[in-house]
Amino acid sequence: MNILMIIMSVFLIVCAVAVSFTRSILSSIVIFSAYSLIMSVMWILMESPDLAITEAAVGAGVTGILFYATLKKINQIDINFYKRGPLDEKNKNRPAGDISAKTLKASAAIYRVVALVCVLTLAVLLVATVLNLPEVGQISNPDNNEVSERYIEKGIEETGAINFVAGMILDYRAFDTFGESNVLFVATICVMVMLRISKKRDPGEETNAEEEEVSDRFYEPANDTILQVMSLIIFPVIMVFGIYVVLNGHLSPGGGFSGGAVLGAGFILYLNAYGFEKTDRFMNAKTVKWITFIALMVYCLAKSYSFFTGANHLESHIPLGTPGAILSSGLILILNICVGMVVACTMYSFYALVRRGRI
Amino acid sequence: MYELIMTHLNDVVAAVLFAIGLANLLFQKNMIKKIIGLNIMDTSVYLLLASQGYIRGLAAPIMTDGNTDAGNYINPIPSGLVLTGIVVSVSVTALMLSLTIRIYKKYHTLNLDEALMRVRQEE
Repeated sequence: MNILMIIMSVFLIVCAVAVSFTRSILSSIVIFSAYSLIMSVMWILMESPDLAITEAAVGAGVTGILFYATLKKINQIDINFYKRGPLDEKNKNRPAGDISAKTLKASAAIYRVVALVCVLTLAVLLVATVLNLPEVGQISNPDNNEVSERYIEKGIEETGAINFVAGMILDYRAFDTFGESNVLFVATICVMVMLRISKKRDPGEETNAEEEEVSDRFYEPANDTILQVMSLIIFPVIMVFGIYVVLNGHLSPGGGFSGGAVLGAGFILYLNAYGFEKTDRFMNAKTVKWITFIALMVYCLAKSYSFFTGANHLESHIPLGTPGAILSSGLILILNICVGMVVACTMYSFYALVRRGRI
Repeated sequence: MYELIMTHLNDVVAAVLFAIGLANLLFQKNMIKKIIGLNIMDTSVYLLLASQGYIRGLAAPIMTDGNTDAGNYINPIPSGLVLTGIVVSVSVTALMLSLTIRIYKKYHTLNLDEALMRVRQEE
């Protein structure tokens, strides 16, 4: 076993335990980002560079920043709340005592004991089970069967993609990936339903969109020179890297998911440095809506031809080109671009919705 | 025993991480920490899946030198499955965080027990 892999495994467990025992929420979020970064090193050691790029962009980048944005939002809600009414108002809402403290304490103790027993039993069972699995990293393992053999041996001939993973998820199993892109779209809609603040004041809402934006700017140093100068240097590099990863999805590690996440992280950086006024020029509700719609529509139509050809690619007239050229491998390049656009828009809209209640 | 754990290192780490994540989910009172616990459980499942496809000494599933022999590359199927899973897990996280914000707006607490008690009190 690789010594680096052992060190990384120990780091992973230490990080996971540290997350559990850290008091401050902010530091546990930072530790969780470090955990994701170690996980992406782990993917590199396990020869899965596609996963490494995605994990580094999504796990260590976007997830972490969503947690920060949530904490900031919660702080903002608190400040607005205390500004409105005196503290007594809040204490009035405190539970009076329809359940006595004693029974509550007893039930909490029972809950803790039962939960501890459950966790320990599950841990022992899981470890005992995985120890009975075949040894990690053997070519004779049962999952290295004729399916993966076919994907590798016939993949280039049938899909034209050098990257077997891209050939698999965007050609053989392209419908799965279409469903997956739709999951992202639905998730954006759900978050929008939950967090959207309309421009007009609803009776139930405390604030409207304009007030939300004013308070967002009030608690944020709007013109942070260090961030602006640094993002001036980094932002173009991130964008070029993201576009490169998307366009070379069929030739090298990466693809729509990884590249889209990198692009989304780049937009979030730009937003943090220059504020909503400047990002609204190119990423507003209208562009996000149309980009997502067009990308999903193109994906759907591009893959619909399979319906007419018996879902078997038998009569596919799309030229595959020479494997290795940038314009090759049939539809994979187009599908990668579609997926990349959907993912980038989704990541950006999550962050924008958490920050100000609208895209 | 030591030998056995060393040959199954990735799987054992995945199992332990799953247990740690579940413990976080059950014992933490703070909702944000519960969400972090769920994320740890996610990554542990991915680690288990990907370690099944890993073959020691073989290259990443990207064709080099025109070699299309299956004995040269690791199994690409788990990579494809995990790739989509990672992106879905971030949308699940975003959904849960937005629910947390809604709960905080109404009950002004991140503690799930306290929020539940306030719900009961309102009824």
